[in-house]
Amino acid sequence: MTDAARNWDEEYTTPEGKRVRPFTVNFGPQHPAAHGVLRMILEMDGEVVERADPHIGLLHRGTEKLIEHKTYTQATPYFDRLDYVSPMCQEHAFALAVEKLLGIKAPERAQYIRVMFSEITRILNHILNITTFAIDLGAVTPSLWGFEEREILMEFYERVSGARMHANYFRPGGVHQDLPDGLADDIWAYTERFPKFLADIEELLTENRIFKQRTVDIGIVSKQEALDWGFTGPMLRASGVAWDLRKSQPYDVYDKMEFDVPIGKTGDCYARYLVRLEEMRQANRMIKQCLKELPQGPVMVDDHKISPPKRADMKMSMEALIHHFKLYTEGYHVPAGETYTAVEVPKGEFGVYLVSDGTNKPYRCKIRSPGFAHLQGADFMCKGHMLADAVAVIGSMDIVFGEIDR
Amino acid sequence: MTEMSSLETEVRRALGGDALNTEDCRGELSVYVPVNRIADCLKILRDDSAIAMQQLLDICGVDYPDRAARFDVVYHLLSLTTNQRLRVKVAVVENVPVPTVIGVYSTAGWFERECWDMYGVPFSGNPDLRRILTDYGFEGHPLRKDFPLTGYVEVRYDDEKKRVVYEPVKLTQDFRNFDFLSPWEGMTNVNMRLPGDEKAKEVKQ
Repeated sequence: MTDAARNWDEEYTTPEGKRVRPFTVNFGPQHPAAHGVLRMILEMDGEVVERADPHIGLLHRGTEKLIEHKTYTQATPYFDRLDYVSPMCQEHAFALAVEKLLGIKAPERAQYIRVMFSEITRILNHILNITTFAIDLGAVTPSLWGFEEREILMEFYERVSGARMHANYFRPGGVHQDLPDGLADDIWAYTERFPKFLADIEELLTENRIFKQRTVDIGIVSKQEALDWGFTGPMLRASGVAWDLRKSQPYDVYDKMEFDVPIGKTGDCYARYLVRLEEMRQANRMIKQCLKELPQGPVMVDDHKISPPKRADMKMSMEALIHHFKLYTEGYHVPAGETYTAVEVPKGEFGVYLVSDGTNKPYRCKIRSPGFAHLQGADFMCKGHMLADAVAVIGSMDIVFGEIDR
Repeated sequence: MTEMSSLETEVRRALGGDALNTEDCRGELSVYVPVNRIADCLKILRDDSAIAMQQLLDICGVDYPDRAARFDVVYHLLSLTTNQRLRVKVAVVENVPVPTVIGVYSTAGWFERECWDMYGVPFSGNPDLRRILTDYGFEGHPLRKDFPLTGYVEVRYDDEKKRVVYEPVKLTQDFRNFDFLSPWEGMTNVNMRLPGDEKAKEVKQ
């Protein structure tokens, strides 16, 4: 234990004179607290974790390789399937990256819609994370309540895009369709009653003795560690670093949004929970502001070399028909160049490094997922904690294997 | 733009002769540095108070099979204090190891493993350079341009052997890769030929 020279798996004698041999626990890949297909090899000393070695890649689908073989239009849906609890935010990163290379900007109404749905996505993600985190610690009720709310939010997804999860709604140049009639009113009505739900969750968890015993002072990450290990998003902010891409490098209309960035003080699992909770409140505030300020106008750039023509036009105009055909077979060509475009997804900084060679397919599309860097920290965060705390640490990281394994 | 060019001068000052080449692509600065100097360069970029790149966000490879130095290894840095991003690149010849940067940024470990797994770029000094995303016992480096999209093996559960077996990929239909590289505005470039264009001449003759 204190003897650093000792191998982890060697037998040794405790001060009480007992012969002890550390052992290895295979945690996952099918474990309800592993949040997907995480396999962790835990080297244990009694019930204390000495080393955690996450084995990832069980959900590797080769997204980056597939994108290299698809046109830019065909590549967008892959982004929904990365982190499948916050799909639209990731489309946002890809849309912005392609827009940057094309040198276009989405119309203002589209930007507002994108910000609004990004924030709906943030709520969607944080509800899932907080409630499943609570399940890991033994509290089942929050998830029952939370999933009901998620269903309502996914209905908004469905109404705007036709799909509950894999929306494919944000496109380079804007959004696919305008909001259907009545949706804005329904979202507004929802934002009015959402704080009540948050208050309920808070009542269940925030001052809950068991919840606090399981999270306070568990998995503490210092400021310096968070920076060194490439942590972003709530993981970084819970450690006291005031950094949010929506504030510091605003994209779309985030510069017009009024919101506060919550910062944690302690950097433990409890701080990460509190940060996410407050982010939901701020997201709700932004959704309201978007609905209030939502301007009229087009939702897609008016360039039929990038955006498809209207169905009605295609019935009458030969030109529109040609554009439609070209767009859906060849796609558009993106000027040669490269960009690293990052957005603040609910989990942290999600970046797309896009290299274009001037053709209709990306030459290279590297996806920087926040969870990948966070999970790497599992080793130093779990070290010295009990096995049950490893579950709390993983729960507080907000990992989803779709984005880590890509 | 002035802000970006000031970063460029700062980077050139801090790295001196190590800054082989700087590029500004749509307001994003990239700098090429020599392979063997990468760890030192990143340390300078992190510790120099005017640049102060506190975070390494990503390491990735890019494959250019036609180049002598086949791979680019790209490091994305972020400064929280100056609110700027910087891309550092090294051009690597196949099978030549890149020094690890774990000593500068702890987060590099997994990203280097991923780059090794996907492109086969070895990182010298990385204590744990195992494959990370691909299957146990996987062969090849899937993101190389010469690796087929379908891969080489497929798995299925064999009911007789009662285990998962690996077999060569069998496609019931060939992978269809259409050549869509025609210019949008019609054929203006005489050098650009589509398959079948030669028939037009044959008919005339």
